[in-house]
Amino acid sequence: MARREAKTPKFQRNRNPLTWLMRHAQNAVAALGRLTRNPLSTSMTAAVIGIAIALPSGLHLLIDNVRTLSGSWEGASSISLFLDQKLSDQQAEQIRHTISLRKDVAEATLITKQGAMEEFRRLSGFGEALDLLDRNPLPAVVLVVPGAAYSSAEATGLLARQLESYREIEIAQVDLQWVRRLDAITRTLERGVGVLAALLAAAVLLIIGNTIRLEIQNRHAEIEIVKLVGGTDAFIRRPFLYEGFWYGLIGAGIAIVLVLTALYLMQGPVERLAGLYESRFDLTLLTSGTFAGILFGSPLLGLAGAWLAVGRHLKKIVPE
Amino acid sequence: MIRFDNVAKRYPTGREGLSGVNLHLEAGEMAFLTGHSGAGKSTLLKLIGLLERATRGQVWVNERNLNKLRQRDVPYHRREVGMIFQDHRLLHDRTVFDNVAMPLVVAGMGHAEITRRVRAALDKVSLLNKEKSLPVSLSGGEQQRVGIARALVSKPPVLLADEPTGNLDPELSREIMELFLQFNQVGVTTLIATHDVDLVRSLGKRVINLREGLVESDTGAIN
Repeated sequence: MARREAKTPKFQRNRNPLTWLMRHAQNAVAALGRLTRNPLSTSMTAAVIGIAIALPSGLHLLIDNVRTLSGSWEGASSISLFLDQKLSDQQAEQIRHTISLRKDVAEATLITKQGAMEEFRRLSGFGEALDLLDRNPLPAVVLVVPGAAYSSAEATGLLARQLESYREIEIAQVDLQWVRRLDAITRTLERGVGVLAALLAAAVLLIIGNTIRLEIQNRHAEIEIVKLVGGTDAFIRRPFLYEGFWYGLIGAGIAIVLVLTALYLMQGPVERLAGLYESRFDLTLLTSGTFAGILFGSPLLGLAGAWLAVGRHLKKIVPE
Repeated sequence: MIRFDNVAKRYPTGREGLSGVNLHLEAGEMAFLTGHSGAGKSTLLKLIGLLERATRGQVWVNERNLNKLRQRDVPYHRREVGMIFQDHRLLHDRTVFDNVAMPLVVAGMGHAEITRRVRAALDKVSLLNKEKSLPVSLSGGEQQRVGIARALVSKPPVLLADEPTGNLDPELSREIMELFLQFNQVGVTTLIATHDVDLVRSLGKRVINLREGLVESDTGAIN
């Protein structure tokens, strides 16, 4: 019984990348096959995941749309300059010209007293009442569109204050307050949707984790024997990870269909609403960013959920 | 091939499975492990297959000190140790072929090679005609032969069997033991735990008797 401290022989490991790839492909297909053999329970789990992902995605998209809308309003904000009543049309035109030469002004349009009167008559419906007035009470207005580099709320405000210091200008009015409020509201909502998304992502993680946990329990005997005959942890883990991945991917598909359907259903009413505000507004369909987010995020969540479940439960299965 | 140096195993429950066993099996040797239930036969086999780890002493298998084997190397070690159980441990929702193929699938072998090897292994245990059957449709003796085919299909240098004939009548038991003798003749180091003392004596191989976690008697290598 002489002790031989010979060099410990190395284990042979299969490191052929082609075999490795083949095994992954087989695992992926086999996992999908297992899922399709239980279509009812699979589609129910996937539907839950789909809904959980569609909800924050849809809300995010909606808010995104509102933001682009309010953004375009803010970008196209203009300043109304109410001119001194005493100015003649000619003087008003001079003022307009002076202003239009400023480098922070892109465009200055004059609405003469007469023009203002006609517009008011047309839009207000007080036509006959206005005829009773012996003189036009409306001032001439210069509509100023700030230059592209000065279109931020701040720069526009500054421009308005500078213009107001002109002797001929009574009031410079930037009506941005409500746009800013809308912006603040959408930002708040966006944060809320972020929190919701995080919670629902956690829910998806738990759903998939639990599904995989049940699957592990069902295949307890098999796992034990695979361990007995020398299956590595990676070998045992792989089919479950692929199942999680597929659940996530199928869920993503369902989520995209749900979001598209919801957008389609909203398209009509939104167009009517936009029409009432004399603006054209199309709901952006899934932006490629959101689309990619769902398509990659959901399978990733599935994978993570499966990984958590597998990590927790596979260790507990010890062959005897 | 297999060496135990003063090996003890105490279970978390406090029960002592082995209390200081010294043992040496040469490569290609065949030995029977006897003793009453609770004498430590199963524990000894489990230590070789790394289903348990020794709490004291050192276990060497195939030139490797199992105490020093990292957890992630355990699967690779098990591929070198074929294990057979009294309750067969077959998967009842898989065909005989798929059951026997498992060690090869796990090792990442190609499809054609798997088919060839599984057929050869089933042929050796005379079950080639049952490859598409489910284990439940087989008799106890046949199921045990499937278990043996699975343990040997990857041609491991070491074969362990824990009460392989525990549920079989004497005639079938003898058949199974004959199988083990055949495999041993091609060089597989074989260690079989059994309480069937009469059968063991008639085979004329080395017998190691355990009693309360210690080697009580050892006939030594017989050739």
